[in-house]
Amino acid sequence: MMFFSMQRQAWHAMSANRLRTFLTMLGMMIGVGAVVLMLAIGQGAQYMVEQSISSMGSNLFMILSGGTTSGGVRTSTGAAPTLTAEDAQAMTDLPSIAAVAPMASGSAQIIYGANNWATQVYGTTPSFLIVRDWNVSSGYPFTDSDVRSATRVALLGQTVVANLFNDEDPVGKTIRIRNSPYLVVGVLDIKGQSLDGRDQDDTILVPVTTAQRKLFGSQFRGSVRMIMAQATSAQAMNKAERDLNDLLRQRHHLSENTESDFTVRNLTALAEATAQTTRIMSMMLGAIASISLLVGGIGIMNIMLVSVTERTREIGIRIAVGARALDILLQFLLEAVIISIVGCLVGAILGVGGAWLVNKLMDTPVVITAWSIVMSFLVAAAIGIFFGFYPARKAANLKPIDALRYQ
Amino acid sequence: MPGHVIHTEHLFKQYETAAGISPVLKGINLTVARGEFVAIMGPSGSGKSTFMNILGCLDTATSGHYYVNGQDVTVLDRNQLAHLRNKFIGFVFQGYNLLPRLSARDNVSLPLVYSGASVPEMRTRAQELLEKMGLGQFSDFLPNQMSGGQQQRVAIARALVNQPSLILADEPTGNLDTATSYEIMDILTKLNESDSITIVLVTHEPDIASYAKRLVRFVDGQIVYDGAPPPRKAREAA
Ligand SMILES: Nc1ncnc2c1ncn2[C@@H]1O[C@H](COP(=O)(O)OP(=O)(O)OP(=O)(O)O)[C@@H](O)[C@H]1O
Ligand SMILES: [Mg+2]
Repeated sequence: MMFFSMQRQAWHAMSANRLRTFLTMLGMMIGVGAVVLMLAIGQGAQYMVEQSISSMGSNLFMILSGGTTSGGVRTSTGAAPTLTAEDAQAMTDLPSIAAVAPMASGSAQIIYGANNWATQVYGTTPSFLIVRDWNVSSGYPFTDSDVRSATRVALLGQTVVANLFNDEDPVGKTIRIRNSPYLVVGVLDIKGQSLDGRDQDDTILVPVTTAQRKLFGSQFRGSVRMIMAQATSAQAMNKAERDLNDLLRQRHHLSENTESDFTVRNLTALAEATAQTTRIMSMMLGAIASISLLVGGIGIMNIMLVSVTERTREIGIRIAVGARALDILLQFLLEAVIISIVGCLVGAILGVGGAWLVNKLMDTPVVITAWSIVMSFLVAAAIGIFFGFYPARKAANLKPIDALRYQ
Repeated sequence: MPGHVIHTEHLFKQYETAAGISPVLKGINLTVARGEFVAIMGPSGSGKSTFMNILGCLDTATSGHYYVNGQDVTVLDRNQLAHLRNKFIGFVFQGYNLLPRLSARDNVSLPLVYSGASVPEMRTRAQELLEKMGLGQFSDFLPNQMSGGQQQRVAIARALVNQPSLILADEPTGNLDTATSYEIMDILTKLNESDSITIVLVTHEPDIASYAKRLVRFVDGQIVYDGAPPPRKAREAA
């Protein structure tokens, strides 16, 4: 039997029962739409996490003041900062550590001309840019000599620039941080969101000494809030963690059985865990959506079974005028596949449209990949064939006289 | 037996029902040569339809042999049987058996769908045959928009579309009034005489049987008479 006339037969059968055909397709539409939408949301989340992880810098440790209890809760934070810029300096000599940046931070009001903006100011050293893998998009970073002499210079994040400067080039301008003048030496590249959803570009960097002595003087007095350290390689992470602990315990004169007054956190491992969680969430979304696809497939099988029973006489007539079993099988399979593919097409469009709406209305990132569309297409065809096969075979194997006599 | 369109040897058929085994055909031996026009008559339940269905390869006998054109049908597989039904046999039913959602033209071309004809070829063949049946202007009509006689003529056109050498008709006029029945019989007679198509037809009416050239009478699953049909005057009188 020729394909063209087969399509015509299938079309006749489907248009004869428009409402039912539509309802069956609806099952597929919802299934495929849900899969495409859920994959888009899941992959959007994954994309965001990966983006933040790659913006974080690699092989990172964060060392915080204060110890850890067995439950993992940090004790006595803030009250007496125990880390110093000298601790950071000492870490640079460890062979497993590539770069170290101390951090003394606080929030401050920034003023430029008539504009003002509240943001987080970080006192650190030039190696911070290495540790965080961060570049300067215009101007220059401050230098080690700025750190030594505690000059009032600042590097601005893009969000700060956007809020303080209209169309001006900020480099070379003077801003006021907590009412003292600072020279803007450079502007940082865009970093985007961090893993916990903070805007990393809403920040200002100043020399750590400037922060300690001039900006947050009373608060820090030679100590820093935390230290960021980068291991030389991913393989060196375990050794680096031991080295950091040993070095700090020794420098803080802690005896064997006293608890540490600091905490070393493996940020890269944390990030990996987050990425893993997101991947699992993404897969779960897809899996849940797949169930509706399966239900859609069962709907097709159900309708095809009804259809075969209803059209037993028709099948008998076709067999009587010379249809082979294969012709009948293909006719019903084709119907099932057309229903599932048309349903899938509309479903994919609905899914993409839904993803677009989610993106616009809820400001959630979505990623639609070609393979998720191609996949749902293949799955739809497979479902059509799989769930259409049993009813189709049932039709094809009818004995002509039984089919003709069927009332 | 080569040269014979139909040849059956000791054809038996029995049905197994809840009440037990009931034999319906009890050893039918029948030979129909090319170009014959045979009418089968007999009381209701005597096994005529059962026999016709076996001849049309729609059903199978319990035992015995059936040869079509010398070919033993019992050894053919499903596809070969489908080919036989498609190309060699045209079946006309009492209840027309048209597909209700297809137009007259599409109904007529249905066998062509399964013999691999192209769509334009299907259209012209179907139109030709509808015209031959005097239904040229009805080709776009659905079955339920036509009278019984017209539907039966569509069904005959469908049976003819693949130029079969055998037409089997089980009470083709059973649902029609006398005048329309005669129209149908005139068509079949013409097919038999000018296209030399072999025809086997079942009927309860002697005047319909009188169109045939040979009469076979069934009683209780057996042939009790094989000879001349009733004289034509039965028809003239009606
Ligand atoms: N599928 C079946 N199962 C059981 N018995 C059947 C079946 N089909 C037919 N029969 C029986 O076979 C016998 C012959 O039936 P058949 O239809 O061949 O009769 P017929 O000669 O065509 O009668 P009519 O003139 O009424 O059409 C009947 O007694 C019928 O009950
Ligand atoms: Mg009968």
